[in-house]
Amino acid sequence: MSDNKIDKEQASSNSLSSSELSFSAPTAVNQQKRNFLIAATAGVGALGAAAVAVPFVGSMLPSERAKAAGAPVEVDVSKIQPGTMITVEWRGQPVWIINRTDEMTAELAKHNDQLSDPNCEVAQQPEYCKNANRSIKPNLAVVVGICTHLGCSPTEKLQAGGDMGENWTGGFFCPCHGSKFDLAGRVFKGSPAPINLVVPPYQYLTDTTVLIGDDTKAEA
Amino acid sequence: MAQDKAAVEAKGLMGWVDARLPVSSFVKAHLTEYYAPKNFNFWYFFGSLAMLLLVLQILTGIFLTMHYKPDAQQAFASVEYIMRDVFGGNIIRYMHSTGASMFFVVIYLHMFRGIIYGSYRTPRELIWLFGVGIFLVLMGEAFFGYLLPWGQMSYWGAQVIVNLFATIPFIGPDLSEWLRGDYLISDATLNRFFAFHVIALPFVLAGLVAVHLVALHEVGSNNPDGIEIKANKDKKTGIPLDGIPFHPYYTVKDLVGVVVFFIVFASILFFAPEMGGYFIEANNFVPADPLKTPAHIAPVWYFTPYYSILRAVPPILNSQFPGVAAMGLSVMVFALLPWLDKSPVKSIRYRGALYKKWLAAFVISFLILGYLGTVPSNIWGQFGSWLGGADRATVVARVFTAIYFLFFILMPWYTAKDKTKPVPERVTY
Amino acid sequence: MKKSNMKKLFTLLAFLPLVALASESAITIKAPIDASDKASLQRGAHTFVNYCLNCHSAKYMRYNRLVDIGFTEKQIKDNLLFAGEKVGDTMQVSIDPVEAKKWFGVTPPDLSVEVRARGADWVYAYMRGFYRDSTTPTGWNNTVYPKVAMPHVLYELQGEQALNHETHELELVKPGKLTPSEYNAFAADLTNYLAYMSEPGKQSRQHMGWWVLLFLGVLLVLAKKIKAEYWKDIK
Repeated sequence: MSDNKIDKEQASSNSLSSSELSFSAPTAVNQQKRNFLIAATAGVGALGAAAVAVPFVGSMLPSERAKAAGAPVEVDVSKIQPGTMITVEWRGQPVWIINRTDEMTAELAKHNDQLSDPNCEVAQQPEYCKNANRSIKPNLAVVVGICTHLGCSPTEKLQAGGDMGENWTGGFFCPCHGSKFDLAGRVFKGSPAPINLVVPPYQYLTDTTVLIGDDTKAEA
Repeated sequence: MAQDKAAVEAKGLMGWVDARLPVSSFVKAHLTEYYAPKNFNFWYFFGSLAMLLLVLQILTGIFLTMHYKPDAQQAFASVEYIMRDVFGGNIIRYMHSTGASMFFVVIYLHMFRGIIYGSYRTPRELIWLFGVGIFLVLMGEAFFGYLLPWGQMSYWGAQVIVNLFATIPFIGPDLSEWLRGDYLISDATLNRFFAFHVIALPFVLAGLVAVHLVALHEVGSNNPDGIEIKANKDKKTGIPLDGIPFHPYYTVKDLVGVVVFFIVFASILFFAPEMGGYFIEANNFVPADPLKTPAHIAPVWYFTPYYSILRAVPPILNSQFPGVAAMGLSVMVFALLPWLDKSPVKSIRYRGALYKKWLAAFVISFLILGYLGTVPSNIWGQFGSWLGGADRATVVARVFTAIYFLFFILMPWYTAKDKTKPVPERVTY
Repeated sequence: MKKSNMKKLFTLLAFLPLVALASESAITIKAPIDASDKASLQRGAHTFVNYCLNCHSAKYMRYNRLVDIGFTEKQIKDNLLFAGEKVGDTMQVSIDPVEAKKWFGVTPPDLSVEVRARGADWVYAYMRGFYRDSTTPTGWNNTVYPKVAMPHVLYELQGEQALNHETHELELVKPGKLTPSEYNAFAADLTNYLAYMSEPGKQSRQHMGWWVLLFLGVLLVLAKKIKAEYWKDIK
């Protein structure tokens, strides 16, 4: 643009002013006004472009259909026997609800030295689960059953010992690459998985009903 | 000093690019040193608006394709999904439907400019022919696109038009079956129309627009006086005396045109996207039903003049083909304009009364045929037995079809005979 | 093969206008609806869910969209949802469409976009146009849609009308639970709701439109200024 201006000014001093051409170069005053108008128009235009971009970019967000399909899931936890677990689906993911026995929960505090992130420093859980048990109520664990390594679903090995060896205190074993997790979903050292399993947002609607996927307190 | 250094660095980067891609020379040749006549008026906005609309349709089309399902079972539902469940989906959909109708408004006005100022005359015949090509492809694009919502009008409009191909002698029925991919308009048809509409024709359209513009820049723009501005060049610079650089003068003027256009566009989109049933037809909110023919099938408004001509021609020797041929000819005949016009002058400003009367007759015919195409042919009742009890509207359509074609057929005669006015040396506003 | 196709096309085109004549009569009443009257829309929503959803689906309308017309999600859950449905679900129908077709001869159509297809005036006139007719399978007929397969679902509210064959007017022969003006208001609320349901985004898009036009007005002023400034250069 500056090149053009130089050419025009030269041209104007040479031939434009006295020529028969239909256009002439602007004066210095005019050019200032033009720069201001360009800036103003471009500014307003840019605002307009941003506003127009909103429906386009926004249209790529999850639609109402996706949100409805990904809506929070209500689960009746009263029937889960102590020491067992159930799996429910939420947003296409398997969510484990584990009813730990008191011994299983007590065991959690005893093997912190074997864990990569015993104190849940990495934010893989809501604030209210950044506690010793990674849960709201001490015995009921809610964990997303997807290995944090490459996404396989680990196999349940809730009981101590067994084919996991005599040192195994209960948890999950991922068959794909051998990651191990305890009964609160925390990852053992030496696993390919780097971080603990995700604890989704959840809340108790009643003593026996858990709502997975939504921890906001709804209006009464 | 710092300013000079900045200038040198910019040149450095641009210099690097220019050595590999002729960006600066392109900008000069087609923008800052492309000299257009200074007397462009209102009629000259529609070319750039047409290009804007092409971009708009492609952009909105891409985002619609993210959610639309080209499946007979899901298509109608997917459009309602876009309207209701997708954030901003209703706006994008209305942009596309309003854009489609506005594209034809703009194109008809753009073509009319070409007619009144003789923009199809030598040396611009090829620009005009590419334009006719663009118009044909655009009609195809609109036709294929209209099936996609899979409403009653979508379905039955496609049914009628594909059946027209069946009237072609010898190859007709097989051709129709091949086009449909089935014995009736079905999912197979929908899927391939989707492919044509989303991929095939947009590419063809983009290519035709590109050569349309290249051909234009090769010879330079016409103007409302029909004078060649290159006939009077400045001795020192070689710049046409009546020419002004396209950029910044016409870029800044076209910006005004674009904003005015957007005001019209937004008014329709936000307040009357259905346009009384002409832009989005009420019957298209009923899902397609192959077993139930709607009471009244009409094409979308921009096709109605040609549809009128189709209906006006009676079957000859038990064949509907003459009507189909007449309809096809009514569009193709535009291509002949450069060779039919024998007038010594290009622009309507310097033509005589004879030409202006014929042009007026043509425009009136086009509009009346267009109106008649939207209503059933018995809308005005029938003549008595003295005209064989024919529908009045059909007779009127036949009269105006004749005038429509006579505008072209008689042109070599009346343009030669016409009393023209002297054409000035330099452009006037 | 060629001839029969052509005959089909010609027959189709020739008889098309006649089909137009055979259809419904011209609608003369205007539906007294107001898209901004949320109370009316809410009443209409209640009516729709309680009377219509038994046979007609509205499968493109999600329950939770009704927050548009002033309901809270809790109100929707408590008053408008039936067993097993979630607030994010679409308004599916209880009846089996195959069974419905057996009983009525035709599957009751989905009503999501009915007002866009027929117009609000048509729907309002239709609700008011039922009358007793012993010659039809259901015992009902409708001035707007002759020989319609749908019975008069709201007859307890409107009462029963008969068609006076001399004046071609409808007369109320057996009063219902609502007076005629009450029933007309009831039908207006339902029509209002159906109009809303046909395009839930209508109010917000019109609202957006004013802002867009305002913005474009500002941009137009600037564009004209900059054009005029540059065109000072032109002789």
